[in-house]
Amino acid sequence: MTAPATKVTPRGSRITTVEGRTPEGMGSQGAMRQAGAWARRAPLLPALIFVIVMTQLPFATSVVISLMNWNAYYPDERGFTGFDNFARVVTDTNTREAVVVTVLLTASVVLVSLLLGLGIALLLDRRFRGRGVVRTMMITPFLIVPVAAALLWKHALYNPEYGLFNGLLTMLFGSDAPQPDWISSFPLPAIITALVWQWTPFMMLILLAGLQSRPMDVVEAARIDGAGAWQIFTHMTLPHLRPYLELSALLGAIYVVQNFDHVFTITSGGLGTANLPYFIYQTFYTAQDYGRASAAGVVTLLGTILIAMLALRTVLSLFKEESR
Amino acid sequence: MTTRTRSGTLLTVAAWLVGLIFVAPVLWMVLTSFHSETDAATNPPSLLAPLSLEGYRSFLDSGPWPPLLNSVTASVLSTALVLVLALPAAYALSIRPVRKWSDVLFFLLSTKMLPLVAGLLPIYLFAQVTGLLDTVWLLILLYTAMNLPIAIWMLRSFLAEVPVEMLEAAQVDGASLSRTLREVIAPVIMPGIAAAGLICFIFSWNELLFARVLTSTVASTAPVFLTGFVTSQGLFLAQVCAASFAVSLPVLAAGFAAQDKLVQGLSMGAVR
Repeated sequence: MTAPATKVTPRGSRITTVEGRTPEGMGSQGAMRQAGAWARRAPLLPALIFVIVMTQLPFATSVVISLMNWNAYYPDERGFTGFDNFARVVTDTNTREAVVVTVLLTASVVLVSLLLGLGIALLLDRRFRGRGVVRTMMITPFLIVPVAAALLWKHALYNPEYGLFNGLLTMLFGSDAPQPDWISSFPLPAIITALVWQWTPFMMLILLAGLQSRPMDVVEAARIDGAGAWQIFTHMTLPHLRPYLELSALLGAIYVVQNFDHVFTITSGGLGTANLPYFIYQTFYTAQDYGRASAAGVVTLLGTILIAMLALRTVLSLFKEESR
Repeated sequence: MTTRTRSGTLLTVAAWLVGLIFVAPVLWMVLTSFHSETDAATNPPSLLAPLSLEGYRSFLDSGPWPPLLNSVTASVLSTALVLVLALPAAYALSIRPVRKWSDVLFFLLSTKMLPLVAGLLPIYLFAQVTGLLDTVWLLILLYTAMNLPIAIWMLRSFLAEVPVEMLEAAQVDGASLSRTLREVIAPVIMPGIAAAGLICFIFSWNELLFARVLTSTVASTAPVFLTGFVTSQGLFLAQVCAASFAVSLPVLAAGFAAQDKLVQGLSMGAVR
C-alpha cells in the first residue's frame, strides 16, 4: 500500500534550481531571493498563524493561570501564588488517582486493541470470500459517534436488567443465570472494553496497511527456502511491522489519553474511573477552581509531551523512509 | 494440500466471526432502535419482536433539530475553513517548499498531540470576555484549529504524489500558476481533498468536551444533545438507540465514503 517512495525533499530542491536560475547573477540578488522566500511563505502563513494563535496562546495562558489562586466562586481572592497549585495537585489524592487511572486506561486500551488489531489484520491479510465485507464490518465501530457508542455500551449492553450481555446469559443458562451489574462491579474494565471496541479497528487499519506493504517476493523466497509460517512471522513480518506498531500505539495513546466521552457517559467519573481530562473538566466546570484545574492541565500537558515526543520520532522515521 | 485448504477455511471462518462480533453491537443498536420500548427492554432479548418506529418518533419529538443543525453548521463550515487554509499551506510545504518545511510540519503535528483539555479554561475565559460563549462561531474556530494540522499533513502527502515530471513539463510549457493548479495538480489531489474533508467532518461531528463546556441552550451540538438524552423516566432504550444511530449516520456515511483513504488520514499521511 505504501506508494513507491515519492521523493519529497529532492523535488523541492529540483524546482528551486529551475526557478532560482533567473535571480542568480543579477544585481539585486539578495533582495530578489528574499522576495521569493516570502512568496513561498505567503500561502503557508494564514494556516500557521491560525494554529499558533488557537493552540499556543491557550496553553501559555494555562501556564499563567496555573500559578494563580483563582476560584470563580471567590473572585476577590484572585492573585499569584507561585507553585501552590502544583503542590496541591501533586499531594491531592484525587489528582494522583486521576493520573493512575489515566495511565491504566490508556495503557490497557492501547495494548489490548493493538494485539487484537494485529491478530485481525493478519486474518484479513489473505484472500478469502467476503474479505471486503469483513473489513467494512470491522471499521464500523470506529464510525459510531463516541458518545453514542458509550451510550450503547452503557444502556443496551451493560445494563443489568435488559442489557444484551445479561440477556444472552439468560438465553444460554435459563432464568437462574448470573446477572452481574457490569458497570458497578467492573467500572474501569467496562470503560476499557467499550474503548477497545472502538480503537481496535483503528489499529487494525494501520497494521493491515503495514502488512500489505511487505515485499511479497522476499516472503515468497523465504517460503520456498523452507521457512515456516511462524519463522516468517517473527523474522520478517514483525520487524517490518515495527514502525507501524509503534505508530498505531502512539497515535492511539494520544487519542485515548484525552478520552472524555466514555468516562463522562458510562460512569460520570464515579467508582474510581475519573481520568485527568474528566478531573480537569470537573475541577474547572463544577468546582470552578481555575488555578488548580490549570495546574492539572499543565501536568497533563507535560505527560503528553513525553508521549508526543516518542510519537514524533516514530513519524519522523517513517517520514524519512518515505522520502528516501 | 488438504490441510492447507482446511486451515484456510478455518481462518476464513475466524475472520468472519471476528467481523461479526465487532459489528454485532451496532446491529443490536439498529435492531433495538426499531423495536417498541417494551420489546427493547426484555430479558432474554426479544430478537424477533415486531418492528416499530416508536423509538424514532420519540427521538424526533425530543427536539433534535436545533442541535443537529448546529452540528451540521459547525462541522461543515469548520471543514470548509480547514480546506481553505490547509490547501495553500500544503502547497507551500510540498510543491514549492519553504525553507525548514519539515520543521513546520512537525510543529503542526506536535500541536495535535497536546491535550485539548489543557487549553479548555483559557478558551472558556476568552469566549466569556468576547461574548462568543454559546455560539457556533466559537466551535467553528476551535474545530478548525483542531483539524488543520491533520488536513495539512494529509494534503501534503497527496500533493507529494503529483509527478515531478508533470510539474516540470508545465513549467517548460510556460503554464501559468493557476493553470498548473487547475490542470496538473487538482486532478491528482481531488480524491485527497475529499478524503481530508470527510475525516475533518467526522472529527468535528464527534467532538463533545468543547461543545459541552462552551455551549448551553443555543449552540449545543448533537453529541451534547445525546448526553442529555437519558434523563427521562421509564423505558427509553429504543429511544437511546434510535438517537445514537441517527446521530452516527453522517459519520458512518462519511467514513464509508472515505474508506480507502481512511488509513492515510488517520495516520496523518504517514501510512498509505
